[in-house]
Amino acid sequence: MTKPEGELTWKDLEIGAIVTEPGSAAQYKTGDWRSQRPTYDFAKCIKCALCQIFCPEGCIHQNADEYFEADLFYCKGCGICAKECLTKVITMVEEEE
Amino acid sequence: MAKKVGMEVSVAIGEAVKLANADVVAAYPITPQTHIVEHLASLVADGELDAAYIPVESEHSAMSACLGSAAVGARTFTATAGQGLELMHEVLYVAASMRLPLVMTVANRALSSPLSVWGDHSDAMAVRDTGWIQLFTENGQEVVDNVFCAFRIAEDQKVLLPVMVHLDGFHLSHVIEPIVFPEQSEVDKFLPPNHYPLVLHPDKPVTMGDFAPPIIYSEAKWAQEVNLRASKEVILQTWQDFGKAFGRYYSPVESYHTEDAKVLLLTMGSFSETAMTVIDKLRGEGREVGLVRLRLWRPFPFNEIRQAVKNAETLVVVDRALSFGGPGGPVCSEVKSALYGEAKKPKVVSFVAGLGGRDITPAGFEEIINKGIEISQKGSDNEFEIFGVRE
Repeated sequence: MTKPEGELTWKDLEIGAIVTEPGSAAQYKTGDWRSQRPTYDFAKCIKCALCQIFCPEGCIHQNADEYFEADLFYCKGCGICAKECLTKVITMVEEEE
Repeated sequence: MAKKVGMEVSVAIGEAVKLANADVVAAYPITPQTHIVEHLASLVADGELDAAYIPVESEHSAMSACLGSAAVGARTFTATAGQGLELMHEVLYVAASMRLPLVMTVANRALSSPLSVWGDHSDAMAVRDTGWIQLFTENGQEVVDNVFCAFRIAEDQKVLLPVMVHLDGFHLSHVIEPIVFPEQSEVDKFLPPNHYPLVLHPDKPVTMGDFAPPIIYSEAKWAQEVNLRASKEVILQTWQDFGKAFGRYYSPVESYHTEDAKVLLLTMGSFSETAMTVIDKLRGEGREVGLVRLRLWRPFPFNEIRQAVKNAETLVVVDRALSFGGPGGPVCSEVKSALYGEAKKPKVVSFVAGLGGRDITPAGFEEIINKGIEISQKGSDNEFEIFGVRE
């Protein structure tokens, strides 16, 4: 996309608002739907990857230290990772905290 | 040399679609449209038309299949009527919003309930705001001519929108009329090959009908509106070019003996032909009456309507559909909107008539005109009247 969505005028759109750039959905920030975000106590983490398997958004990846962590650009804050974590690594906190 | 033949109008539409060399027909049979797709199925089965005929399980599927077909750049045709058009409803919006050129003939039929297979314009009015270009026709020749025009308009690079060609169910679809068919070479010359610019193809993937968050939806809708309004220029040019090529000219609003007419009748569809004979009779009696026939329903020809009726004192509008709890007739409502800001305008009287296949006879039109004059002079408590309803 040449411009960010918020700057596109009606004249910038392709006919029928057809999207000509494959994979452009990756630019869509679903993270701003979030009201809670996950926080981590990695000392308890056994790197079992259960959070990654359960994440409905597919946004949990291993960080530089190989701990599993959500990409907040996409994380919608559903809390499923916190619920499923066997060793209670993840705590959901309100976004304003 | 063009051939003149006697043929059922539905069958003639099938022949026109064959001459237009459609690639795909996806349709579901429904009265009074069935003969159109039945004939097309025969043409494909007999190898006379090299097209894919997709028999689907419903009209919703028919229109959905048409979307896919138009999206890969195939020349696409379907036909429906009444309840079938309503079952297509949500997909109609998608076809127009995705800017897919396809052509559909609608043999207009009343909506249930009570169940009626007979004609009126209820089905057309229910899909008024779907974003399709909508043309109304008055006889078999006009339907055939406008099938060719519809493909050319729909596929024009400046338009790229679906087009509905309305014909009155039974009153038009099931009658045998003399129809002039152009030669294949003449059709090929008038109707260039379809080139949809952003086709679905694995070599250059695109996403159609994608989701739009609030930040972009308004822009998408405004682009669609600007495009539909601008399509009128292409519609006018296409009708002009058709006239030059075949000698039959069409325009959004057509006037019949409107010169110096104090009283005008306004109609849409095949009943206009009955109305014309009544105007002839009344003119013969020295009365200053005329007829305005609306052909282009969407985009609505506001200026042409204003021009056509501006010198009249009384305008009697006959609708063949009812807007429940609303302003009576949908056509009349649109005409009133067109005239609202005008300093000089006729008094507008609204009649709804011809519902569910009931005829409006020449005597009926005469009565409508006389009653309209009376109401415009004396006034009426009613916003509109259903003509001929038994009290």
